[in-house]
Amino acid sequence: MKAESLIERNSNQSLGDSVKSYLTRRRALIVISILLGSLFICAIAALITGSERVAAWQIFPAMISKLTGTASSLSIEQDVIIFSLRLPRIALAVGVGAALAIAGAAFQALLRNPLADPYVLGVSGGAALGSITAIIFASQISFSRPLFGFAGAALATLIVYRLGKREDDPAHLVLAGVVMSTFLSSVIVLMTALADNVKLRNITLWLLGDLSSGATEGLIFVIVAVAAGALVLIPQSRALNLMMIGERDAFAMGVETARVRWVVHLTASLLTGAAVSAGGAIGYVGLVTPHLVRLAAGSDNRLVIPASAIAGALMVLIADTIARTALAPRELPTGAITALIGAPVFIYLLLKSR
Amino acid sequence: MSCMLQLRDIHFSYPNRRPRETISGVTIEVGAGELVALLGPNGSGKSTLLSIALGALKPDRGEVLFDGSPVARFSRRELAQRMAMVAEQRDIRFPMTALEYVLTGRFAYTNALGFDSPGDVEIAMQALSDTDAAQFANRRFNELSSGERQRVTLARALAQQPRLLLLDEPTANADIAHQLSLLDLVRRLTRERNLGALIVTHEINLASEFADRVVLIKDGRLAACGAPIEVMTAESLSSLFETPLFVTRHPQSGAPVVSWKLIGPRKNEQ
Repeated sequence: MKAESLIERNSNQSLGDSVKSYLTRRRALIVISILLGSLFICAIAALITGSERVAAWQIFPAMISKLTGTASSLSIEQDVIIFSLRLPRIALAVGVGAALAIAGAAFQALLRNPLADPYVLGVSGGAALGSITAIIFASQISFSRPLFGFAGAALATLIVYRLGKREDDPAHLVLAGVVMSTFLSSVIVLMTALADNVKLRNITLWLLGDLSSGATEGLIFVIVAVAAGALVLIPQSRALNLMMIGERDAFAMGVETARVRWVVHLTASLLTGAAVSAGGAIGYVGLVTPHLVRLAAGSDNRLVIPASAIAGALMVLIADTIARTALAPRELPTGAITALIGAPVFIYLLLKSR
Repeated sequence: MSCMLQLRDIHFSYPNRRPRETISGVTIEVGAGELVALLGPNGSGKSTLLSIALGALKPDRGEVLFDGSPVARFSRRELAQRMAMVAEQRDIRFPMTALEYVLTGRFAYTNALGFDSPGDVEIAMQALSDTDAAQFANRRFNELSSGERQRVTLARALAQQPRLLLLDEPTANADIAHQLSLLDLVRRLTRERNLGALIVTHEINLASEFADRVVLIKDGRLAACGAPIEVMTAESLSSLFETPLFVTRHPQSGAPVVSWKLIGPRKNEQ
């Protein structure tokens, strides 16, 4: 009467055989260290690259004398270019990249959709519209750009999520995002018609993703947003691992799904709002970097979120360095470079998800 | 028998939809070491009742008790340490190994930041080996066949170290060999570890063979409840499914075996 029991047949299999296929602290540390090392090297490289060249060996003594306040071997001109122009721009690229990548990784886990990315979902568009509203109507209020950007991003996420939530088809959500983006761009075009000429030029440049005009206000907000976002989301990464499998499963395994959904939704919107209001709509960072991290080191969000943050910083830093040096003295929009890398990856993922 | 899970006089209706799946006054009890099967036609409210037992849906009236305390008093984590859900698992859209999948079952026992301890990994591997799935630990979950997935999904539930298993059509899309081995496994777990199990299934013959008690649900109401041999009669099942059915006896176990009554001409007597 009993079906042949399957339990005994394999009981002599050693339990130690397969203890590598999950995330260990060691693997996480190795991946993070490699990425941090690469980011450091690229940041130094970006610092000495440009029309005004400085030798690599000069940069460290210059930094030390800058910190200690003593005279450095650099000319005043070099000093201004490196520490007042390039360094803040590099910091902004790093912050914007980290913010967009964390937001992308979080949206992907939350929406169970590897195609999710703030740009593709129209969340960046919402942030852009919010920021533009601030530029045109509320430029005298401090921090109005990032705050309006955050509100726009949060609203756009909510609408796209409502429109595109379908368990069976990840492309459905992307479709809702595309509709959202197109709609928002036309609203933005209508809004720019209201702006005067100087403002208009700024807006058009910045819409394509532009880190050259990132004011210190934007930089501060991005750094705060990245720090806050990481602090909030990394403790949620285990819950996000479960949400990635399914919301009902996560609930059954002890996750307060409703709370996690709100926390992640708001944090990812905050990150997008901060990044877009400072650096414009730089696309695909949140799509490409978490995907590469997963390919290299698995899908565990305890690693994917921090590793994507560093990889995203790296991607925007490299893209921005290319943007400002490739056709120097002319500048390319940073968003154009990231889209050149990101769009093919997106198409690959779209085809694979079918 | 001590009563582990009690659904007491549950009333529930979905706001604005599916009036067919309204639950009116259903009472179900599951004791430790007992396997209870919920049977009924499509849309009769079986899965809804399972979601109510899990706490995912709140009943309009009535209450759900675990060990005599309302489940609303437990935190999600406390509840996840007591009951686990097994349902059919579709593709996961991110690369994940079977071991990683089973390790997610340890969520309710570990803190948010920590990595899985050697103890967690050992429990997960033991769960995989209990369901004869240890050889899949390193494989991608999406590469597994549906029968293999069922065993890995059950292993994840065991990694929660629960006292009650809720199974939502765990053998859907599985061949007869996998259906038998899974239900056999669940029954052995209820016997050896004194686990309670509440299973929703369309496999009435398997339910009759393996369940200690069956609960018949029709249109959100309790139609009958009791040992399979008492409850699963031709009359009760024919009216439950609104289809003429025969009930015979299994040649070895004597459990009720359900087959259908032929209506038209038979194929060998034209």
